[in-house]
Amino acid sequence: MRRLGALPLWLTYVFLYTPVVVLVVMSFNRSESPYEWGGFGTGWYGTLVRDDEVLRGLGNTVIVAAGATALSTVLGTLLAVGLARHASRSRVLHALSVMPAVLPDIVLAIGLLAFYSLISATLGLHSVLLAHTVFGLAFVTAVVRARIAHVDPSLEEASRDLGAGEITTFLRVTLPTLAPGIVAGALLVFTLSLDEFVIAFFTAGPQDPTLPIVVYSMIRFGVTPEINALATLLLAVSFTVVIAAQRMSRLTEAL
Amino acid sequence: MSGGRLKAGPAVRARARLALIGPGFSYLVVLLVLPLALVIGYSVFQRGRFGGIAYEDGVTGDNFARLADPLYAGVLTDSLRIAGLTTVLALALGYPTAYAITRLPARWRTVALVLVVLPFWTNFLIRTYAWIVLLSSEGVVNSALTGIGVIDRPLELLYTDTAVVVGLLYAYLPLMVLPLYSAIERVDPRLLEASADLGARPVRTFLSVTLPLTLPGVLTGCVFVFVPSLGNFVVPELLGGGRTVMVGNLIRDQFLSARDWPFGSVLALALMAFLVLLLMAQAWAGQRLGGRR
Repeated sequence: MRRLGALPLWLTYVFLYTPVVVLVVMSFNRSESPYEWGGFGTGWYGTLVRDDEVLRGLGNTVIVAAGATALSTVLGTLLAVGLARHASRSRVLHALSVMPAVLPDIVLAIGLLAFYSLISATLGLHSVLLAHTVFGLAFVTAVVRARIAHVDPSLEEASRDLGAGEITTFLRVTLPTLAPGIVAGALLVFTLSLDEFVIAFFTAGPQDPTLPIVVYSMIRFGVTPEINALATLLLAVSFTVVIAAQRMSRLTEAL
Repeated sequence: MSGGRLKAGPAVRARARLALIGPGFSYLVVLLVLPLALVIGYSVFQRGRFGGIAYEDGVTGDNFARLADPLYAGVLTDSLRIAGLTTVLALALGYPTAYAITRLPARWRTVALVLVVLPFWTNFLIRTYAWIVLLSSEGVVNSALTGIGVIDRPLELLYTDTAVVVGLLYAYLPLMVLPLYSAIERVDPRLLEASADLGARPVRTFLSVTLPLTLPGVLTGCVFVFVPSLGNFVVPELLGGGRTVMVGNLIRDQFLSARDWPFGSVLALALMAFLVLLLMAQAWAGQRLGGRR
């Protein structure tokens, strides 16, 4: 009975990891087809690192993710502290701050496209960056607020009683105690922005595709094993980041 | 400043409040509320001849009436059917999976859970693409099956509704397992013991104790899977090969190729309406279940 109980778990793992394993194996394929095995070779990785379009897409994605992360972290942290300390009962503010996380991405995407076109903004990396900050801000706010719930407000009161002003208290007491939450929120936004496709697809100009947009057109038009190599590298990066984040959160919990 | 030496007065607090909440709040008003208001507003106008909105033609309800057109109503029901089937399958696989994880020794639980969530953190397009490699006519599954002689001609696996459901299930299964896991883990083991002591068999205990107590988690998981499945346009396009049109594809086409923004807005509002109904049902059920305890 116990043994039978673990069966669904193994089934889920097989379902989740078979495609991953197949992609990785197929990336070391010498043949021209992404599906058929033609012997071991690392040639497609060579093609990949010389592919200008992929490299440019990667550069664009990193710019967008870094910018959106920075902006989201600042705005989200301030908002989280403000909501927790000054507006904990405002349901409107609370609803507004979680809305981007529950809204279907396509709805946010068309809304932003309509908005950009209304104000006649040119589309480019900046418009994607601003769009990603909308959901990034929501995630940072949520993560930092969860952290605030564990922080004793009497620390801040003590700081004020000892003569520190509001700004000093915020910088020297509030921020350091929230640091693990802020770092976790920033990491989350960076990863989400790196992988985000739908909103970028609608709000990026034709000149500056992000990496997911490049991947999308590679899948749609002309599938070569190069994409298997790219997929394997992206998998490796995501897995490393997630496992590192997991380790880090365990470390900070232990502290 | 001398004001800082005293307890923060109302003026200082008001300024702090503005400095903390102001920037984020304004950002969300401009880049979230305004865009959504535009989508709502556009739904009652007519499309311009070259795309955009023809404000001079006045307001109309025609865009909403078009939802009843069999072509579009068909797309909506297809979307609901596919997203619904995905949700049911995710629950059928996710519940026993989450249950199995809660029965593991404590030190293995986190690892087991991380392993379920890990693929979710990889690029969504890559995860979808992997199924093309597996399911295409020259793909891995077909080559394996022909290789061992089970079939002589490749099966048509890719570009079917089934492929779309599999792709959506693959994409969102972790979102089902997580809330289920935390719901099942919270069930007090003493309740299960009490049920067993009173003579209930394991199946009976599960049906009348565990399942009702974890129903809020079930509902959360269903919303988490159903909502993104319903609005998805990438999986139907890449794995359905254009044959499976879902409401997400339709919205994308209205905005990017047909350039009929008013009708696209109506479709987006229909999507939102399902979402709101679902969240309301979830809140209602959660309250009822919470009140009974």
